[in-house]
Amino acid sequence: MSERTAAAADADASSQSDDDPTQTEVTSGATAVVRALENAGVETAFGVQGGAIMPIYDALYHSDIRHVTMAHEQGAAHAADAYGVVRGDPGVCLATSGPGATNLVTGIADANMDSDAMLALTGQVPSDMVGSDAFQETDTTGVTAPITKHNYFASSPDTVGDTVGEAFALAAEGRPGPTLVDLPKDTSLGETDREPGEARPPETCRPRTDPDDAQVEAAARAIEQAEKPLLLFGGGVVKGNATDVARNFATEHQIPVVTTMPGIGAMPEDDELCLSWAGMHGTGYANMAITHTDCLIAIGTRFDDRLTGGIDTFAPEAEVVHVDIDPAEISKNIHADYPVVGDAGTAIERIGAEMEHSPDAREWREQCLVWKDEYPMDYAAPEDEPLKPQFVVEALDEATPDETIVTSGVGQHQMWAAQYWTFREPRRWVSSHGLGTMGYGLPSAIGARLAADDDETVVCVDGDASFLMTIQELSVAVREDLDITIAILNNEYIGMVRQWQDAFFEGRRMAAGYEWCPQFDKLAEAFGARGWTVDSYDEVADAIEEALAYDGPSVIDFHVDPAENVYPMVSSGAPNGKFALSEDQL
Amino acid sequence: MSDKEVGLQGPAPEERPHPEGRRNSQGIRIDPEAESEPERRRTVFSAIVEDEPGVLSRVAGLAARRQFNIESLTVGPTTVDGHSRITMVVEEPDPGIDQIEKQIAKLKPVISIGELDDDAVRAELVLLKVRGEDPDKVHAITEMYDGTTLDAGPETITVQLTGDERKIDDAVDAFRRFGIIEIARTGQTALAHGAKKTVPGEEPGTSGEPTKPTTNTQ
Repeated sequence: MSERTAAAADADASSQSDDDPTQTEVTSGATAVVRALENAGVETAFGVQGGAIMPIYDALYHSDIRHVTMAHEQGAAHAADAYGVVRGDPGVCLATSGPGATNLVTGIADANMDSDAMLALTGQVPSDMVGSDAFQETDTTGVTAPITKHNYFASSPDTVGDTVGEAFALAAEGRPGPTLVDLPKDTSLGETDREPGEARPPETCRPRTDPDDAQVEAAARAIEQAEKPLLLFGGGVVKGNATDVARNFATEHQIPVVTTMPGIGAMPEDDELCLSWAGMHGTGYANMAITHTDCLIAIGTRFDDRLTGGIDTFAPEAEVVHVDIDPAEISKNIHADYPVVGDAGTAIERIGAEMEHSPDAREWREQCLVWKDEYPMDYAAPEDEPLKPQFVVEALDEATPDETIVTSGVGQHQMWAAQYWTFREPRRWVSSHGLGTMGYGLPSAIGARLAADDDETVVCVDGDASFLMTIQELSVAVREDLDITIAILNNEYIGMVRQWQDAFFEGRRMAAGYEWCPQFDKLAEAFGARGWTVDSYDEVADAIEEALAYDGPSVIDFHVDPAENVYPMVSSGAPNGKFALSEDQL
Repeated sequence: MSDKEVGLQGPAPEERPHPEGRRNSQGIRIDPEAESEPERRRTVFSAIVEDEPGVLSRVAGLAARRQFNIESLTVGPTTVDGHSRITMVVEEPDPGIDQIEKQIAKLKPVISIGELDDDAVRAELVLLKVRGEDPDKVHAITEMYDGTTLDAGPETITVQLTGDERKIDDAVDAFRRFGIIEIARTGQTALAHGAKKTVPGEEPGTSGEPTKPTTNTQ
């Protein structure tokens, strides 16, 4: 549980001392499931009803758990995922068997790729019909085995409560990820009075948290001797609640920091030591630093190909210190000269305590600052060209409080949001990184809104094509009266595809145009939300102000320059140091 | 209102310094002049797993989706109720072998996994069905390889052979002269040499003590 959540939980506990949440009485498998969720501290769950999951919903009827009915199961999975990202403990989603379960699959795969803790509960046909191709039967554990940490087929009402508790605990244990419990109807309906025991992760999945002494020592020696040390904060720093420790380490030893995209916010992006995020569309200075470092101290990252570019030229001069709680990530993509297996915060503290002096890196720090000056993140916005999407992102950032939560879909808008929003805190940037799921933005904003405190602002920066993929969830935001501001950077294209077609397919824009997009402001109004359309720079500030002031879901359709491209860019497989600043440099 | 005329700036890619260093496809830093890729080697893993439905498909599915090259895979019960042993022969370069071990160790039903040393004892079983026209010669070859005749008739003879992979390969070659009609091989199974534990955390002997989960450090 994050510090924020812990504080919130304390506050809740004191305010509810006379009004404890009800504990569901266990009379059946389904009530045992709900009781296990209550025991785990689950307050909110996202899902869609359906035949085989009905007993679970019936058990939720009397529970204090808030159930948010989503328009589509994919939305339920993304909402639960984002809820978990913001809160720091697993989000929960529910779906029925067959299509309900298969609709969850994209969201489960997304959580798996980004190591987000999530528990999915799916209905299943009765056990004696499994394997008969019954109505709405899908082999859900078979389908989801490759995209979960583990999944369970709950075969008995007596043990299903323990199974759900274990699955919840496993989702959060060590490297987080999604788990799933498949609930055949006879298990849910079957009688039992067995209350679920204490929820514990399975014995076989206990990670090493405190690193090995020899590993810590070797890493400390390597860092001390580095002349060009560079810290790489991955999503593991955020998920491991190691942000404070990691920042202190960077500051104490004056080591420059780059982040991965999931690591955004682990270091304040306006800190002098922070070079923002590296990789395909990362800053020029982050990519220069990663190219020239002689000691890369990577914490909680899996060296995704969008980060590394070509493996052959990734940090080619660097000895790599790799801290990760998952030993399988060590030397999977990039060989670790100094592996440190353990919890991010514990490992950094241990390495810091072991170090006898800081690396002597004054010249290197100055070099990093020179690169910051040499490759500033900026965009051209001549008066005779249409509204630039980057300007909209900057305007939103300026108009919102520092701790605003930003969610996004996937594509050009996502990159601009990540590039031009200045993040200062963890768990404020909520996006689909590894899987790259278009349509993630709106449902994740719903999840984030329900996880956030009331006084926090939630903005979804979306694209026209991404928004259309899960637009039905706007009905949920309206029904639940959720204060979310959705900013569509509408360029009437699957913009990233159009950009690649222009760069790598000689401009053949096959299936990339979205000029038939609906009028999003009117569509928003039809859903019962508020809508605005913005075509020019003059209208940006007012529309943002009105939308933020509106206490409910609001949609601003920014008609932005359809010709604008995302740069810097490292071509797939190219060296990070050869990032292009414009198309003619690709 | 915006009127910024200048976008991204800075030296073009070819104007920047680029380090000489290189990594190979496993992400290991190498001398760019002496390009080298690690060579494949064949090794045997043994794993103690919880005997629950789908455990074999979880292991096999993991190997398939991560493109691990599995030569053979066998599974069977152990002296502990509810525990099975999976024996797996793989052929990969060293970093791949390392990945296989660590990825399989992450599976929830996997209690412990270890790579066997070269001196491990290994065996597999093969059933060979050959033409029955020359029973004396078939019998002689079967004897030569310490085999057993399981079924003999005027048309076919089926023999059983056991041994390490090399012996089985040789035997199969020797039987080819009779015309092999059908063949069924179990794949290798193996145990560590002498008193060594086959799998880390495994309790030796017949104590029936369950294997204890272990954690990887690198």
